Amino acid sequence: MHSVVCIKQVPDSAQIRVHPVTNTIMRQGVPAIVNPYDLFALEEALRLRDRFGGRVTVISMGPPQAEVALRKTLSLGADDAILVTDKAFAGADTLATSYALAAAIRQIGKELPVDLVFTGKQTIDGDTAQVGPGIARRMHLQLLTYVSRIVEIDLDRREIVVERRAEGGVQVLRTRMPALVTMLEDSNRMRFGSLPDMLRAARQAVTHWDKTAAGIEDVTRIGLKGSPTIVSKVFTPTPRSQRAEMIAIEDGSAADLAAALLARLAERFPGVEKELAKRS
Amino acid sequence: MIERFDAIVVGAGPAGNAAAYTLAKAGLHVLQIERGEAPGAKNVQGAILYADALERLIPDFRDDAPLERHIIEQRMWVLDDESFIGTHFRSDDFNKPPHNRYTIIRARFDKWFSKKVQEAGALVINETTVTELLRDEAGKVIGVRTDRAGGDLHADVVILADGVNSTLARKAGFRPEIEPKHVALAVKEIHFLPKETLESRFNIHKGEGVVVEMLGKITQGMMGTGFLYTNNDSISIGVGCMLSDLMAQKTTPYELLEKMKAHPSIQPLIQGGEMKEYAAHLIPEGGYNAIPQVFGDGWLIAGDSGMFVNAVHREGSNLAMTTGRLAGETVAALFKAGRPMTAVNLADYRKRLDDSFVMKDLKKYKDLPDIFHANNQFLTTYPELLNRSAYTMLKVDGVDKLSKEREIFASFRDKRSLFGLLGDAFKLWRAFR
Amino acid sequence: MSEPSQPAKKKRKVVLDERLQAYRGVWVFIEHERGRVHPVSLELLGEGRKLADALGVELAGVVMAEAKLGGDEREARHYCQVAFEYGADLCYLMQSDVLGEYRNEPYTRALTDLVNTYQPEILLLGATTLGRDLAGSVATTLNTGLTADCTELAIDPDDRSLLSTRPTFGGSLLCTIVTLNYRPQMATVRPRVMAMPEPQPGRTGRIVEHGLLMNEADIVTKVLDFIADDRRDQPQLPFADIIVAGGRGLGKPENFQLVRDLAKVLGAEVGASRPVVQAGWIGAEHQVGQSGKTVRPKLYIAAGISGAIQHRVGMEGADCIVAINSDPEAPIFDFAHFGIVGDATVILPALTEAFWMKLKRQAALTPQEETA
Ligand SMILES: Cc1cc2nc3c(=O)[nH]c(=O)nc-3n(C[C@H](O)[C@H](O)[C@H](O)COP(=O)(O)OP(=O)(O)OC[C@H]3O[C@@H](n4cnc5c(N)ncnc54)[C@H](O)[C@@H]3O)c2cc1C
Ligand SMILES: Cc1cc2nc3c(=O)[nH]c(=O)nc-3n(C[C@H](O)[C@H](O)[C@H](O)COP(=O)(O)OP(=O)(O)OC[C@H]3O[C@@H](n4cnc5c(N)ncnc54)[C@H](O)[C@@H]3O)c2cc1C
Ligand SMILES: Nc1ncnc2c1ncn2[C@@H]1O[C@H](COP(=O)(O)O)[C@@H](O)[C@H]1O
Repeated sequence: MHSVVCIKQVPDSAQIRVHPVTNTIMRQGVPAIVNPYDLFALEEALRLRDRFGGRVTVISMGPPQAEVALRKTLSLGADDAILVTDKAFAGADTLATSYALAAAIRQIGKELPVDLVFTGKQTIDGDTAQVGPGIARRMHLQLLTYVSRIVEIDLDRREIVVERRAEGGVQVLRTRMPALVTMLEDSNRMRFGSLPDMLRAARQAVTHWDKTAAGIEDVTRIGLKGSPTIVSKVFTPTPRSQRAEMIAIEDGSAADLAAALLARLAERFPGVEKELAKRS
Repeated sequence: MIERFDAIVVGAGPAGNAAAYTLAKAGLHVLQIERGEAPGAKNVQGAILYADALERLIPDFRDDAPLERHIIEQRMWVLDDESFIGTHFRSDDFNKPPHNRYTIIRARFDKWFSKKVQEAGALVINETTVTELLRDEAGKVIGVRTDRAGGDLHADVVILADGVNSTLARKAGFRPEIEPKHVALAVKEIHFLPKETLESRFNIHKGEGVVVEMLGKITQGMMGTGFLYTNNDSISIGVGCMLSDLMAQKTTPYELLEKMKAHPSIQPLIQGGEMKEYAAHLIPEGGYNAIPQVFGDGWLIAGDSGMFVNAVHREGSNLAMTTGRLAGETVAALFKAGRPMTAVNLADYRKRLDDSFVMKDLKKYKDLPDIFHANNQFLTTYPELLNRSAYTMLKVDGVDKLSKEREIFASFRDKRSLFGLLGDAFKLWRAFR
Repeated sequence: MSEPSQPAKKKRKVVLDERLQAYRGVWVFIEHERGRVHPVSLELLGEGRKLADALGVELAGVVMAEAKLGGDEREARHYCQVAFEYGADLCYLMQSDVLGEYRNEPYTRALTDLVNTYQPEILLLGATTLGRDLAGSVATTLNTGLTADCTELAIDPDDRSLLSTRPTFGGSLLCTIVTLNYRPQMATVRPRVMAMPEPQPGRTGRIVEHGLLMNEADIVTKVLDFIADDRRDQPQLPFADIIVAGGRGLGKPENFQLVRDLAKVLGAEVGASRPVVQAGWIGAEHQVGQSGKTVRPKLYIAAGISGAIQHRVGMEGADCIVAINSDPEAPIFDFAHFGIVGDATVILPALTEAFWMKLKRQAALTPQEETA
C-alpha cells in the first residue's frame, strides 16, 4: 500500500493581523504551519500503512522554507518527504499547482506505484478545494472528495469503499484504486509521533526536486505563466459602520434587560417580530 | 533498543543552544530536546542581546542572525504618576561596528540559533518534553525519559538548560523550590508600528535602536522595573516585579503594564501600535546567593535553570549562553580526555564559572536583591521626590534657586530622616560598587 | 490564485483570444436533491441575472437529471421551470441514466461537454460538496480559472471580465480575482452568502436538451448507499430563520443547555463556535463560521462568543444579531445590532423566560391560521 499525501505550508490564519494604519497584512511573526486539513489526510494514510504495510510519501510544492512542514510530517510518521521547489513554480494558482503536483506524483510512482493520493479538504490560505480534484483529473484517478471514513480496502481486487459527505446525506461509494481521496476534517485524530519517529525525522533528509526532477514537461503550465487567475486587488472588509446598540439598565435585573431587548427588537426589526409571530 | 548519545541537552533557549553548539562543534554525538513547537516558540525576553557572549561561540553571527536594531541610546527613567526624570545617553560611538548590543525577537533569534546548532551536527527534536531524568542505582544520571512513546534515551551526560522553572532539576532534587522572593514575574507585549513612525518617534535612523529602562512608581512600590525597546518595526514593552511582592500586594503584572502603558510619558511612544504578542515569564533574580549546586554525577545545569541572571543589569541571555558554553566546554574536554562524567570531574564546570565574568558579576551584586527588598523607599518615595524636585527646579515661578534647593532638601527630609537618607545612599553604594 | 499579498499595481486588462471571444452567456449549475432545487442555485440565479444584465447576455440554468424509465421527464422539467421563475432565460437539460445520484466522473464529462458545445463566458456553481467537487474537476479539464467561495461577483465594464471577490487569510482580508485569457470564468459561492431573489411565478423560458454518450459500464465508481441526514437528525442551520448560538464564554458543557432551552422556546436551531465543538459540547454540524456553516437567519443570538473573524464570516449576513458577552470590549459588539454586557448564564434564562411569555401572550391573542 503506497499512499502519497499532498500537504501545504500555510500561515496560521488565526494569527494574522491587518495593520491598522497601512491596511496590509502583517505576516511578520505569523507562524507557518502544516495546513490543518492536510493532517487528517496524513493520519488516514498512516493508518492504512499501519494496517496494510507499505509506505507513506508526503509531497509539497512550495518555497524552500516549506521543508519545515515536511519535516513535521516525517516526525508524525511519514516515510519519505519530497519538496517540489523551483523559482519557476512561483505565483502558481490551483490549476498550475495541480499540474506540477500531478507531474511530481507520477515521478514518485515510477519508483513505487501509488495506490492512493490524499489531499486535505482545502487549504486555509488558498481555500479553493480545487487542487485535489485537479490532480485526480490530470492523473486520471478516481476522485473521492469529502471522505469522512474509509470503510474498507480490498488490496487484491484493488477496490476501496468510502463514506463521502454529500448534500443532505452520506454517500457510500466503491471505486477502483488508484484513487484520490480528499479527507474531511475531524475524520480522525492526528497521532502524537513516537520518539523513534522524532529521531528518524531529525536525521532524515527532505528530498528537493526542481522542475526537471519533478518531471515537468510543459513549463508554460506552471507558476505564474500557467495560472489563469490573478489577484487584482487585496483590501480590508469595510467594517459595519455601526456598533451594537447596548441594552443596559442601571441596577436592572436580567429580566429587565430581557424585556428591554424584546421591546427594542420589536421596534427596530419588524422582520424578526413577524418570524416570532409565526411561532406563537 | 534504547538509543545512546554522548550528551543530551534539555531545552533550546540560549543556554541549551550554546551548550549543544559547543558539544557538536567538538564532535560529540549530541541530542537536544525542546518542548516547544519550535525553538523559541514560547520563549520570552525583552530582548537585548549582548554581542560578546554570542561572539565567543559564533564570531560571524552578525552575517545572518535576525538582529532587530543596534542600541545607540540608553534612557534611564525614574517615574512617578505624572512625570519622569532621567538620563539619556546617546553616542555615535555606538554606531561603529561591531555593535555590542542589539534588540532581538526571541522567537526568530532562537530559530536561527537552533539552525546553527543543527548545522554544527547536533540532532534536535522539538515538541518533546523531557519528563524525568533516568538514573542508575548509584544515582548517576544516565539519560532522560520523554513524553513520547518509546521515549527513553541514554547519554553519558545530561545538560539541563530547561529554563527558570526547571521542573527536572527540582524533581531530581538538584535544586530547591524557587522562593517567590527569588523570582520576578515579568510581562511583555510587542506593539507593531510602521518603521518610519517608530524611527521618527525615537529620533533614530535605520538600524538604530533605543532602550528605555524604567523604575519608580510604575511598580507601585514593589521591587521591579519596566522596559521599552525598539525593534525593527515594533516596540517591546514590559514590566516585572518580584513574585513575592506581587503576591503580597495581590496585584498582577498585567495590571501594572496597563497602567504603565497609560503613563503620560509612555503612551505617546506606543500610540497607534497594534499589540500582537503578549507573554508572561519568570526571571530568576535571586542572584549569587540563590545559585544551586550546578553539577553532579552525569549532569550539569546552565542558564536560567541555574538561576544565572544578573537582575541589576538585566542580563540573562548572555549569562545563559556563557554558562551553556562553559558546560559544553567542560564536557567536551572530559570527552576528549576519555574521562568519565562523574561529579568529581564535572566540578571543573564550577571552576570555569568562577573564573568567568558570570560569577564575578553575580558576586558583586549579591546583596542588592535583599536591599531593594527590605527598603521599598527606593521604588516609591524616592522616585516621587526626585520628580517633584525636578519639577520645582524647572518651573519658572519667581522663586530663587537657592530657596528651591532648600525646599527640595526639606521635602526629602520630611519623607525620610537625614539618617535614613545617608544610610540608603550607603546601602546602595555598597551594593552597586 | 496567485500570491494575494502582492496585489498587482496596475489594473490588468484582459485581452481575449479571438477563439475565446465567442464565449457568451452566464450559466448557473442547478443543483437538486430529492426533488428540490438546492437553495444555493436559486441564490446564484439571482446573482447570475445581474451579471447577465450587465453583460447584455442570457442567463442559463444547467440541469442534469436521471433519465427516468418510461420517459417521465416531469421532475427534470420542474427543475427548469423553477430556474425560469428565479430568473433563467433558458435551461440546458441533460438527462441520462448515469446522471442519477451525483458522481464526479459522469457529471464532469457532461458539464465539460456542454461547456465546449455552447461556450458560456461565466459558469457559477454552489460551493457545496457537489459543486466544489464538480467545479474543480471541470475547471481542470477545461484548463480554466476557478475562484472558490466568492462573496461578491461583479462585471468589469471595461473588458466584460468577471470580478470575483472572496475572503482570504481567514477572512481578515478580501481579494478580487480575475481570470486572464481563459474561458469560461468559473466561480463557486457558498449557500446563504447571496440573497434569495423573489421568484416570478409563471415566468418561462426555452429548454435546450443535450445528450450524454456514456453508459454505466464506462463508470468505475459505484454508489452503494445513501444515508440521508434526516435519518440522523441533522440540523438545518444554513436555512434556519432563528439561531441561538453559544461559545466558550458559557464556561462549561452543562451551561450549553441554556442555549438549547432558549432555542427550544424560539423554535430555533442551535449554533456553536468552533472551540465548543472541538471540546465536544455539541456536534460539528452545529458549527457556524469559516470552517462550519454560513447562516443567514432573521435573528442570531450569540452567547459567550467573542466574534472572531472566522466566526463572523459565517453569520454576519444575519438580519439581526444579538450578542451577550461579559466583556464590553468583545469584538462581537462591533458588528452586532444589539448588545448586552453580562453573564450569559444569567441573561439566557431571563431571555428564555421573556420570549416564552411573549409567545404565549401572542398565541392567546392571535388565531393560529392567520399567522401560518
Ligand atoms: C520579560 C523578560 C525580559 C528579559 N530581558 C532580557 C534582556 O533584555 N536581555 C537578556 O540578556 N536577558 C533578558 N531576559 C532573561 C533571558 O530571557 C533569560 O535569562 C534567558 O532566556 C535564559 O535562557 P535559558 O536558555 O536558560 O532559558 P529559556 O530561554 O527559558 O529556555 C529554556 C528552554 O527549555 C525548554 N524546556 C523547559 N523544560 C523542558 C523540558 N522538560 N523538556 C524539554 N524542553 C524543556 C523551554 O521550552 C525553553 O525553550 C529577560 C527575561 C524576561 C522574562
Ligand atoms: C482555520 C480556522 C478556522 C476557524 N473556523 C472557525 C469557525 O468556522 N467557526 C468558529 O466559531 N471559529 C472558527 N475558528 C476559531 C476562531 O478563530 C475563534 O477562536 C473562535 O471563534 C472563538 O470562539 P468563542 O468566541 O466561543 O471563544 P472565545 O474567543 O474564547 O470567546 C469567549 C467569549 O465569551 C465571553 N465570556 C466569558 N464568560 C462569559 C460569560 N459568563 N457570559 C458571557 N460571555 C462570556 C468572553 O468575553 C469572550 O468574548 C477558526 C480558526 C481557524 C484558525
Ligand atoms: N502547494 C501545494 N503542495 C502540496 N499540496 C497542496 C498544495 N496546494 C494545495 N495542496 C493540496 O490540495 C488541497 C486543497 O488545496 P486548495 O485547493 O488550495 O484548497 C490541500 O489540502 C492540499 O492537500
